[in-house]
Amino acid sequence: MDNSGKWLENVDWLVMWEATKQTLYMTAISVVATFILGTLLGMLLFLTSKGNLWENKPINTVISAVVNIFRSIPFIILIVLLIPFTTFLVGSMIGETAALPALIIGAAPFYARLVEIGLREIDKGVIEAARSMGATTGTIIWKVLLPESLPALISGITVTGIAIVGYTAMAGAIGAGGLGNLAYNLGFQRNQNDVTFVATVIILIIVFVIQFIGDFITSKIDKR
Amino acid sequence: MISIKNVSKIFPSKQKDLTAVNHVNLDIQDGEIFGVIGYSGAGKSTLIRMLNGLELPTEGTVTVAGREISKIKGSELRKARQEISMIFQHFNLLWSRTVSDNIAFPLEIAGVSGPQRKQRVAELIKLVGLEGRENAYPSQLSGGQKQRVGIARALANNPKVLLCDEATSALDPQTTDSILDLLVDINKRLGLTIVLITHEMHVIRKICHRVAVMESGKIVELGSVLDVFKNPQQPITKRFVKQVTEPEETNETVEHLLSRYHSGQVVQLTFIGESAELPLITNLIRNHDVTANILQGKISQTRSGSYGTLFIHLDGAEEEVNKAIDYIRSQQVGVEVVSNG
Repeated sequence: MDNSGKWLENVDWLVMWEATKQTLYMTAISVVATFILGTLLGMLLFLTSKGNLWENKPINTVISAVVNIFRSIPFIILIVLLIPFTTFLVGSMIGETAALPALIIGAAPFYARLVEIGLREIDKGVIEAARSMGATTGTIIWKVLLPESLPALISGITVTGIAIVGYTAMAGAIGAGGLGNLAYNLGFQRNQNDVTFVATVIILIIVFVIQFIGDFITSKIDKR
Repeated sequence: MISIKNVSKIFPSKQKDLTAVNHVNLDIQDGEIFGVIGYSGAGKSTLIRMLNGLELPTEGTVTVAGREISKIKGSELRKARQEISMIFQHFNLLWSRTVSDNIAFPLEIAGVSGPQRKQRVAELIKLVGLEGRENAYPSQLSGGQKQRVGIARALANNPKVLLCDEATSALDPQTTDSILDLLVDINKRLGLTIVLITHEMHVIRKICHRVAVMESGKIVELGSVLDVFKNPQQPITKRFVKQVTEPEETNETVEHLLSRYHSGQVVQLTFIGESAELPLITNLIRNHDVTANILQGKISQTRSGSYGTLFIHLDGAEEEVNKAIDYIRSQQVGVEVVSNG
């Protein structure tokens, strides 16, 4: 037992800082990649759905099925399932970069659904108006669909980003590094509860900051 | 300008196919303000959407400004749409853009360069009377102002035809009138052909040259607005005409009058065009030994003349009353005896 001494005596702040940087790295890359991939998937889901510009039932059904499957696999199992894919892509299963494929593949389908919901909230009349002006589908996507759904896209990526922070902790447990890894290895396995406590507080701070930034941007751009 | 030939639109459905538009033929002249009136579900929305290819006819052809809209596709159709603008009941502005940027949108689509765009937007803002609101967002505007933005946006690329989809139905009566005045002004100044659909006879009366009445996908009556007012044929047309010529409470009032006057006659006079402006009542009581009591009346202006109804009670010797009625008839005024006292 190592936790008999003074308050926070087991906390090595340098190691804690390294772990924080790893968590931030995993979160940042995953959020950016999820934003791009999820927006793409969500846009495709929306455009191919009934009554929309690229209405196409087979394609819509396929994308929808893929999204649902990946959304319903528990994250911890997804990491295990993706081991061959990750080793092929990254070359190893250890380290924070190795966590990225699973994080992105886990989060993007979830975000894609949020994007689709956001796009569906756009008034159909606005799309009709753009068509009546002779806009191409590309113009409608870039100048109508994306700007008009932007608040929903931002609040969606905020929610997804926070979920990703949680996922990084889980990925940490199987060797990806970061605060989750630290809390598991030192805090849980060596019973250093102060390390777990500090790691948790830092994760909470990261979550609060993400939420604050998301809310701030949403309120700034929403002119409705 | 616009020619609709034998056009039908059928929406397939599992239970029963819905025929929204049923073999419609229509020709609309260059520079005309043409109204289509009908209740909801009559097919007028579908009809107007076939004029810019938002809906394709199941059969028949639609030609606008020399282009066969029902046939062209892709970039040719998009090019044509820049000449056939549309305004909407719910305005359909982009909330994420300011007034200026909303008006600039069709110019961006047409590939107009930045400085030219700016100049054109300034002109349009002035045309629709929105000076000072350039940087406001749609959420900060009233309904009338939003429709003005819609109109400015529709005029941006100098279209040949303006389609109005229930453009005033979401506005209060006063704002409706100011938007209608703006449409008339644009029609005169730019020589634009305007096609509008509505369920309000008031709109037709105020600005249209000709009107088509639609019911269950068919055009049941077509003619100049004054002719349709003067001589409505179909029951549905009569109902629409009543919207503006007779106040709602007319029936009750007439019943009340019948119970009150026991002698003489209550007659309904219908004035059309110039006859509405003659001093009929003055001549009537000067030349005949009757008393004339005005009970209720209304005169409506249309683009090509006025149209009015008047209820009067005539009392006196029966012979004199009949002579008076004959006199009114001779003045080309419609007379209908509502009761015998």
